[in-house]
Order: sequence, then C-alpha cells, then structure tokens
Amino acid sequence: MTIATTASPELEPAARSRNYLNQTRGLRSWLITLDHKRIGILYMVAILGAFFLGGVFAVLLRTELISPGPTLIKDPVRAWDFYNHMFTLHGAVMTFMFIIPAIPAILGNFVLPIMLGAKDVAFPRLNLLSFYLYAFGGVFFVWVLLSGVIESAFGIKLYGGGGLDTGWTFYTPYSTSTSSAVVPAVLGAFILGFSSILTGLNFIASMHMLRPKGMTWFRMPLFLWALYGTSAIQILATPVLAITLLLLVAERTLGVGIFDPALGGDPVLFQHFFWFYSHPAVYIMILPAMGIISEVVSVFSRKHIFGYSFIAMSSIAIALLGFLVWGHHMFTSGQSPVANAIFSLLTFTVSIPSAIKVFNWLATMHGGSIQLKTPMLYAIGFIMLFSIGGLTGLFLGSLATDIHVHDTYFVVAHFHYVMMGSTLFAFLAGMHYWWPKIFGKMYNEYLGRLAALVVFVGFNLTFMVQFIAGAHGMPRRYANYLDEFTIYHQISTIGSYVMAAGLVMVAINWLDSLVRGRPAPENPWGGNTLEWQTTSPPPTENFARTPTADDPYALHKWRYDASIEGYVKVAE
Amino acid sequence: MLGQSSESSFWLPVNASSYGGEVDWVFYFIYGVCVVMMVLIVVLAVLFIWRYRHRPGVEPSRLSHNTPLELTWTIIPTIVVGFIFYFGFVGFLNMNTPPRNLYEINVTAFKWGWAFQYPNGHVDQNLHIPRDRPVRLILSSQDVIHSLYIPAFRIKKDAVPGRYNKMWFKATKEGEYHLFCAEYCGTKHSEMYAKVIVHDPTQFAAWLEEAANWAAKLPPAEAGQKLYSVRGCAQCHTVDGSGGIGPSFKNIFGESQKLRDGSSVLVDEDYIRNSLMNPGSQIVAGFENVMPTYKGRLKDVEITALIEYIKSLSEHYEAPPAAVEESAPEENATQPAAQHSTGGENTKP
Repeated sequence: MTIATTASPELEPAARSRNYLNQTRGLRSWLITLDHKRIGILYMVAILGAFFLGGVFAVLLRTELISPGPTLIKDPVRAWDFYNHMFTLHGAVMTFMFIIPAIPAILGNFVLPIMLGAKDVAFPRLNLLSFYLYAFGGVFFVWVLLSGVIESAFGIKLYGGGGLDTGWTFYTPYSTSTSSAVVPAVLGAFILGFSSILTGLNFIASMHMLRPKGMTWFRMPLFLWALYGTSAIQILATPVLAITLLLLVAERTLGVGIFDPALGGDPVLFQHFFWFYSHPAVYIMILPAMGIISEVVSVFSRKHIFGYSFIAMSSIAIALLGFLVWGHHMFTSGQSPVANAIFSLLTFTVSIPSAIKVFNWLATMHGGSIQLKTPMLYAIGFIMLFSIGGLTGLFLGSLATDIHVHDTYFVVAHFHYVMMGSTLFAFLAGMHYWWPKIFGKMYNEYLGRLAALVVFVGFNLTFMVQFIAGAHGMPRRYANYLDEFTIYHQISTIGSYVMAAGLVMVAINWLDSLVRGRPAPENPWGGNTLEWQTTSPPPTENFARTPTADDPYALHKWRYDASIEGYVKVAE
Repeated sequence: MLGQSSESSFWLPVNASSYGGEVDWVFYFIYGVCVVMMVLIVVLAVLFIWRYRHRPGVEPSRLSHNTPLELTWTIIPTIVVGFIFYFGFVGFLNMNTPPRNLYEINVTAFKWGWAFQYPNGHVDQNLHIPRDRPVRLILSSQDVIHSLYIPAFRIKKDAVPGRYNKMWFKATKEGEYHLFCAEYCGTKHSEMYAKVIVHDPTQFAAWLEEAANWAAKLPPAEAGQKLYSVRGCAQCHTVDGSGGIGPSFKNIFGESQKLRDGSSVLVDEDYIRNSLMNPGSQIVAGFENVMPTYKGRLKDVEITALIEYIKSLSEHYEAPPAAVEESAPEENATQPAAQHSTGGENTKP
C-alpha cells in the first residue's frame, strides 16, 4: 500500500499559507465579508458573547437560590423582581440567542459549504444579512433585558430599557398586563427570528443546488441531513412565532382582544400559538446536535456510521413529528381531555426516532477503534445526557405523571438535559472537532479532556438533584422556597459553579490555542467528509478544484501518519 | 410538622389522595423502564469503549448496517412507550371522571393568593377539606393565569381568567399539605403559597361553622384588616399611600374626594358601603371603573369591619378609646392580624 498526501497537491506552498483568515486584513474586510467562513466567525464571537451573558446569569440565579429567602438583595420584593428579570434574561438569551442559532449559525455556516465542496452558501449576501439581523436584534433584546435586571438590582433606570419579567414564554395575560417592556423585547425576538428563517432558507437552497459530483442525497454527511431537517423547521415554524409575537404586541398596545377574556379572547390560545413554534424549536436545537454526534462518533471510532439511512430518516421523522406535539405543554391548562390524550400519544412517537439514533451511535462504536479525544468525550457525554433527558421525557409525556411534575423542577431538569445536555455538549464536541480546521491550530488535548470531564460532572451535579426536587413538588420559577428544598438547591448551585469552572477551562484552552497552538494538519482526525480534504484553515475559495464526494464514512481510506500528526489518504 | 416529612420516599412526597397511588405506580413503572434503558446504554458504552479502544494494528470492523437489528430496536421501544401511554392515560381518565355528590369549593386565584369559598359563603386563605369525601374545586382567576398544585395529591390545574377549570380529588390522610402556584404569575409568584388541611370528616362541619363566624369574634378593625388581605382588596388598594389600581386607603377616611364627574364626596361610612355595593356609582377622579361589586358577597358584619379598618388607617381620624384589654382574643395580641390566615398559621418563610 502506498501512501500519498492527496488532499490538495495542486496548491503551491505560497498559496498554502494564504487562507481565509489572512487573505485580506482589517476590521472592514470582516464586517462586509461575504465569505461563509468569516460570517461563521462573526457569529461565533456574537453567540459566544450571548452564551457568556446567559451563563453569568445562570450562576447568579443559582447563587440567589443557594438559601431560601432573599439572598443577593435583602429587600424581598426587590429580590423577587430581580430574580424574575434574571430568569427571564437567562432563558430568553440562552434560547433565542444561543441554543437555537449556535450550531447552525457557527458550525453550519462554516462547515456546510465545505462539506458540499462548494465555494460558499447559495446566497452569500443573504447570509451576511442574517448575521446583521442577529446582531441588531440581539443588541436590542439584550439591552432591554439587561436594563431590567440592573433596574431591579440597583434602582438605576437605563434609556430605552424597562426589562422583561415574563419568562421567555411571554404567557398572556401576564405579558399583556405586566409593566415591564414587553413590546421592545418582543420586537428583538422578532428580528432574531428573521435571522433564523434566512439561515434556514440559505442552507436548504445550498443543499439542493450545490452538492458536488458523487454526492447523492443518501451520500450526504449526516450533519447535513440534520441541518436540512433543522432548516425546514426554521422556515415553517419561525413565522408562527413572528405572527404570535405581533399578535401579542397588538393585544398589548391596541387591546384587540385575541387573548383577553374580558374582550372575548382566550389566554390559552396564546399558548397554542407559542408552542406551535416553540416545540418544533426544541428540535431546531437538537437535530443539528445529533448531526454533529453522528460525525464525531463515527470518526473517533474509526468506523462507518451504523445505519446511515435510519439516522437520516429519523432526522426527518423528528422534524415532522415535532410539529404535532405542541399541546403536551398544556396538559394542565384545562384543554379537553381528548386533546390531552392525542397529544400524549403523539409525544411518545417522537421518542422512537430519538431512541433509534442512540442505538445507532452505540452500534457504531461496536467493533470500532475508539479514541477518547476531546470531541469524542463530549459526544459520549452527549449520549449519556441526551438519554437521561429523553427517558425523563417519558414522565412528562405520560398524562398521569405529567400532571404531578408539570411546571416543577423536574421539567427544569428534563429540558436542561435535553436542550443543554444535547446542544451544549454537541456544540462543544463540534467546536473541538472543527477547531483545527477553522483556525488551523491544535488545542491542548489534555486540558480539553479535563474540561470535558469537569463540565460533565458539574452538569450532572447541577441538574440531577432537580429531578428529585421537582418530583417532591418544588415548582419552577420560584425566587423563594420552603426550607425542605434547601439541600437540593445547594447541591445544584455548587454544581453550577463546577460547570462554570469547566467552561472557563474550555475558553482558556481555545484562547491559548489561538496564541500558542501548534499548526493543525489538514486532517487531524481522519474524517472522510470533504472539509478534511482541504487545507487548515481553508483558502477563501475552500478548494483549489471542486472535489468529488464518495461515501462520507469510508474512513478506511485514511491512514494515520505520525510525521505530520494527521491522516493522509490511502492511494487506491 | 407537615405531613410530607413522615412518609415520603426518595423520589416522591407522601401520597394523601385516592389516585395518588395510581400516579405513583405509573411513575415507578416509567422509572423502572428508565433505569433498565439507562443501565443498558451505560453498560454498552463502557463495554465498547473498553473492548474496542484504539490499539495499533487492530483494524476496525467495516460493518455499516443490520436491518433486522435496527428494526428490533425500533419496534421494542414502540411497544414499551405504547404501554407507558396506556397506563398514563388510564390514570388521567380517573382524574377526569369524578364521582357524583362532590363537595364543591370555589377557588379564586389572584396576585398573589388564593380565596377558597365554601358553600356557606365562608372564604378562607387555606384549603380545608374533609377526609374521604370527594371534593371538587372550581377554579377561576381574577387576573393572570395561576396554577393550583398540591404535590401530596399529585394534582395540578391552571386557573385561567375567563374560564372555570375543574379538578376533583379525595383526600385519604389527615394532615397539612403544601399548596403552590405552579404557573409563573409575576413578582410574588413564589410567595403564592397556601396550606391544605385535611380534617376528620366528623369535625369538618364544626370547623366550617366556627370559621364562617370568625369576623364577628374579632375587634372590627382587625377583622377588616384580615378581610382586606383575604378578599383581594390588597390587589388594588394599598394601605401605605402608594399608587395602585384603586385609591390607597391611607388617610382617606374623613377626607373629601374629587370624583370623576367633577363633584366631591366625603369619605364616610356611607360612601365606603356604597363603593362596595355599587362601585361604579362614585368613582374617584383618576381611576378606572374596574372594581367588581361585593353585593351579596360580604356580610354586614364584614362591611362594618372593613369600614373600621379603613378608619384605623387615617391619621386624622380619632379612634375611640381602645376596648378593655382582656376582651381581645389573645392569639391576636402578639402578631399583626394580617399575617394570620383565617384558618391557621402560614408557615411559609
């Protein structure tokens, strides 16, 4: 067997040192760039900023709850307001500005065109517009929310602020009657939604039009299948959120009476509208995460993904079924028992494609050659946390038990396992997996693994006890609680500190790698998807010559070469 | 101590209602499924990570699918979740098929408290019920959506403005249990706490009789203060002079008020009584006509008590010399009455 470095042999050494990061210089060249990779990095900066903000408030929230009664602020009424503004900020920023866009906007933007062997997404200008919508909507949104926290904490009124204390769900009639700044906040979320729609549109067009020679639909990498399902939901569901939020604004400013019972409206109608978007939105968060895990588990097991078509089809099944289950958020609202029964039954059908994926990932590991590198550790963490999140969903789908645990910490724990356990861990897996490709630098593997372990331990410490607290009846969104729940809150708060420490380690590792990391080879992990067949970091046009795709999981075509600390293609 | 502490398990609080057992059974069934599945996943993962760890020279398998195996792990979970749905559905059906002859209590939720109204008109801050008798709660809300949650009964239902939601249960154990608001409702959401007190059925009627007459047994101003907090006045009318949906009660008695139609009125006993009975007839300038009538909802002794309470909030009004000290019930001598519930002490921190 002969070994040859075949990835991009036609590039001259001088051309190799030129890449998308150093092709042009200056802030202006970044702010008006049409390069999907640079837009991905712009998103990375903005979204990680939002994650930092949401994370700081997560830790503050948990600190407020370390003991019953007011903790950070002594005056009770102000402390409750402070808490309500904080949990709204944490939930809204994390949902609208981190979990929903993180994987598609950062990693999807960066990787999707390269995986397609394309120069860029189908509509590069639209891509830049969606970034600016995100940035503009985000600044607006954060300003409103943050000013509310500052006002309730320090009594300082900021210009254009007013805060939001409705929770990220904006339930009527609380949201139409509260004195906080619902309308500006809703407009911020509205703008963020447009960013999401445009990204989805761009991705779908790209996958339809730009697939390279040899890439049939069933030879598309699973990350792309996941992004396809995600984009479809974004395009179909996000307009519903937009309409709902506009109705809320109309209700609040004009008193049109859609949701106000005094005017003939129905407050529960808002919940139907809201969850008709927001339940599918959960799958906007999870599907791309599952896509990353499929890539990572296969590559670090050095084995073809098991049951490719089952995984691809289960992504589509999840996307479709995800639209039919919104009513399971309203089992206690007084909707008809028949509706409850139907929604319960449909909810269980979504669990099947999710279970299929978990078994496929495990089967992929069977007979493999497993390397526990940082991305793989996060992927295994994902499988564990997603399994716990998915299984505890059974308690919530089942009518009798949901009535008891609905709106308690059990739900808080469940959705943090599903949304954060899945999205955050997959995001971190993907970030570490593609980091060498994105920046051309290797991070410190030992620190990476240690951080993954600390984050995993911290996460479980934080949220595992919340299942117990919730099953014992601790309601969610409580600024204060009965003494008997103290122990659960204390363990949870300590867990949040551990997790925060782990995430700080991740940040240090990334920053350190940018400064001191050793140059990354083209293919450090031995993946067979097309992004590993160009330089690290890629040139602006991604490839010197449009590559031909084959089976994305034919990993046996790559051999480790110790001299370059990366993989090289085996000549056939 | 509260009932929960005695017989609760690691996962669930004590069960004190008739279908609590059914819910718990489904809970532990699902729990069993979860444990089996989780153990399977963890064991397989750990086993594979160990057994198939990277070793130089060992070629990974090229197996990429196995349709019978994949169909198996699609069909088996489908059957399992089918069972879970069925058990959960049966338990839920029981919650929705109440027996005849229910004891009905009307519940009004407001920011931030509960008013439980009994068939004889008595309104209580806490929920008192007889043991072994099916009880129906008819829930409504004065403002936003609240949710009545009794963990020990495994029951929860939203109180939605403009709608009557119903829930029923049968308490099986005497004692005191927590009652929470589970739907986020603003600033004091976490303070919207009440107690459920399950009485011996033979003593329940006696309790209700006693409780219904509480206002007559207190000095009127104190009774008025309790009524002010129990009947939701506090929602709109402050007692410290700060703003609200309606005029503050502080320093209002004996003063002249400008009305919306330009005329003035002296705030005296007649004016207060009229404001309770016909709230729309004399609206103070600067306020909206939003107060509901209390005609038929307050007894005369309660109206008098409220008037006395409002009098007591006015600095200009000379209170008559205090009654002889011994006549005040001693439980009210130590603490301000507003911190009392009408049916027992709240233990909320």
